[in-house]
Amino acid sequence: MPDDKAFNGRRDFLRKTLAVIPAITVAGYGVATTAFGQAAPAAQNPYQPRFFSAAEWAFVNAAVARLIPSDANGPGAVEAGVPEFIDRQLETAYGHGNLWYMQAPFAADAAPQFGHQSKLVPRDIYRIGIAALDRWCKGQHGKTFAELEPAAQDDLLHQLEGGRIDLQDLPSVLLFSQLWQNTREGFFADPIHGGNRGLAGWKLVGFPGARADFMDWVDRNEKYPFPPVSISGERG
Amino acid sequence: MATTLKPVNAVVVGFGWAGAILAKELTEAGLQVVALERGPYQDTYPDGAYPNTLDELTYNSRGKLFQDLSRSTVTVRHGIDDTALPYRQLSAFLPGNGVGGAGLHWSGVHFRIMPEELRLRSHYEERYGKGFIPEGMTIQDYGVSYEELEPHFDFAEKVFGTSGTAYKVKGQVVGDGNPFAPDRSDGFPLPALKDVHSAHLFRKAAEEVGMHPYAMPAANASGPWTNPYGVQMGPCNFCGFCSGYACYMYSKASPNLNILPALKQSELFELRVNSNVLRVNLDSDGKRATGVTYVDAQGREIVQPADLVIVSAFQFHNVHLMLLSGIGKPYDPRTGEGVVGKNFAYQNMATIKAFFDRDVHTNPFIGTGGGGVAVDDFNSDNFDHGPLGFVGGSPFWVNQAGSKPIRGLSLPPGSPTWGSGWKQAARDAYTHTLSMDAHGSNMSYRDNYLDLDPTYKDAYGQPLLRMTFDWKENEYKMTRYVTEQMRKIAGAMNPKAIAVHVKNFGDRFDTRAYQTTHLLGGAIMGSDPKTSAVNRYLQSWDVHNVFVIGASAFPQGTGYNPTGLVAALAYWSAKAIREQYLKNPGPLVQA
Repeated sequence: MPDDKAFNGRRDFLRKTLAVIPAITVAGYGVATTAFGQAAPAAQNPYQPRFFSAAEWAFVNAAVARLIPSDANGPGAVEAGVPEFIDRQLETAYGHGNLWYMQAPFAADAAPQFGHQSKLVPRDIYRIGIAALDRWCKGQHGKTFAELEPAAQDDLLHQLEGGRIDLQDLPSVLLFSQLWQNTREGFFADPIHGGNRGLAGWKLVGFPGARADFMDWVDRNEKYPFPPVSISGERG
Repeated sequence: MATTLKPVNAVVVGFGWAGAILAKELTEAGLQVVALERGPYQDTYPDGAYPNTLDELTYNSRGKLFQDLSRSTVTVRHGIDDTALPYRQLSAFLPGNGVGGAGLHWSGVHFRIMPEELRLRSHYEERYGKGFIPEGMTIQDYGVSYEELEPHFDFAEKVFGTSGTAYKVKGQVVGDGNPFAPDRSDGFPLPALKDVHSAHLFRKAAEEVGMHPYAMPAANASGPWTNPYGVQMGPCNFCGFCSGYACYMYSKASPNLNILPALKQSELFELRVNSNVLRVNLDSDGKRATGVTYVDAQGREIVQPADLVIVSAFQFHNVHLMLLSGIGKPYDPRTGEGVVGKNFAYQNMATIKAFFDRDVHTNPFIGTGGGGVAVDDFNSDNFDHGPLGFVGGSPFWVNQAGSKPIRGLSLPPGSPTWGSGWKQAARDAYTHTLSMDAHGSNMSYRDNYLDLDPTYKDAYGQPLLRMTFDWKENEYKMTRYVTEQMRKIAGAMNPKAIAVHVKNFGDRFDTRAYQTTHLLGGAIMGSDPKTSAVNRYLQSWDVHNVFVIGASAFPQGTGYNPTGLVAALAYWSAKAIREQYLKNPGPLVQA
């Protein structure tokens, strides 16, 4: 598929370009020795996280696989590249909290109607939150989250969502809502951001992506017949 | 040490719709005009170019065209004894940034106003009696009439290339537009946009329940248009990337597309970007502005002297700048005295989602920002408020502006929130769901107001603006009543499920979910300097060479979107400056 080849080439280019930026965070994860210069297919050259440690990467992969599983309705979050999406987002201004007003004083216990009042930015929420959750899991089950059975992972995610686990270092709903928001973003954003691989998210719901011309379809009560297309021209 | 530049005739602070209109009008009058925009230069090309603009994550989720809160935001509290907290992340409202302001990323809904709303207090007192308006509700008359504004509504629609269907022109019924709409001097520049299927369903259902559907007026061109400035627009293709985006089709009106190309032809005009105005400078007795001080891209303080200062930033920036500059007396909610910051209001929204079976294809990705079908049966004072005991109302509409799956995916009530069940629900719902809004008015109150925050500062070390705001009894009653009426329309569509999002009595103002960016008031217009910050020409009562243009002038909320009235007031004010003020600078209304 010429389209796929072009797409992989573009991803490879992006990876090479981005890899030189946060050198400090990749040290120790073996990325420095990865053969970035080789034009290998993506499957043989899996994404190497730049923000997440090996333990964090294991958590993110395990958790998003439960949030959007691979099933009869098609690929899940892992197959769609959501972990890569999240890792890349955490290296952007967004991940660093630079899009937010972050002047003190903070009032982390404010009423929920006032929105985010925590000092924690997305990078902190993942780093502190994953460590706290894995510590909690080890205390309760003797295993990290990623080592648990899927049913136990689902149960834990429900408890996180409901704020029923006391993680000490941060509210558990903060970790859950950050993870679920970024998971949906990674599943449905244009693939230029690293997720929605194969346009899996768009194919699931029937969103045509960057087609962006519906002049002939405005007033029809019909299923839109054309597959999605991405900004870089990939077709689903 | 600030650098002082050569004086100019007029300085315009903020280059959105209001700033662009004033800059155009004043250069036409022969004035040398400098416009100062704190954000970057941006335009349809390359910032809105295909295909890169079709990126929900970058534009909508990360807010590329929205205000940079890391530099400046507002603080929010519910009551006058509370401690306010910063609005740290964009959510409830999305002010703009850069050239075009919020006018670059708006949707395009382009209403006028109901005539009685311009004299709301007088109208309610006449129809329902003086006792009808509750204690603490501080609604006022604007001090200008619909008849006075009508030529400016008409001209603004021609500048914006607005699509719609008129009802009455020069007293004659001419089409199946909104039967509650006031008389017009001319039809719309362009015919109404087509109904998407969701809008068709709403039109049919509204007729079935005896309401009066009409095509929403939209500054999204339904065909080719050349505006009075010679600028050309192309027909909208319903791509669905309007709100939050610049329009790659040159179909959605923006200051960048509809006014700036004409302004650039004038040697009298200069646009300086990355220029953040800190304050309007006043002479020693505080009665006259001498110009403004701003910080440029390099961080240098620059003084720009000017004979005339137009404050035309977003609503709350206008109020912020007046408070920082000492123009007008700050409002005190305990005494009710003072005017700057008074009558801050918003929009009172409710939404119903209707979920259909697979044989109904709403295809929510097909959309246009301002288009859709609305009813006005329960808007404004088009219905008898007497037995209902509240002030205000709401248009209802399907305004399918393009729902994309990150932010625009809605699932039926009771659906799983994640996992395989969520996936199944998402698959079943996305292309078979429609959304309708009750876009309600919000009245003004003695203790909903704006002032300077005592704690939090912006990137320049200046105090942030503080919002003190909460919902009141009247607002719960209004939104709950009109939502019940809208529910009848939803029911007539026979969906398999509906989800009703409406406030319960006692719900506090919540900054977390997007409502609208229609923030109003704080520098309101009126007939009395004791109760308004600017006169009927939007001229400061206290500093005669300062005009404050924008939704900051609205004394209370309206069911309609504000941009149409902002544009008409901008042209109205510009006319007064050109025809009266420049000949004889001084107060246009004697206090």
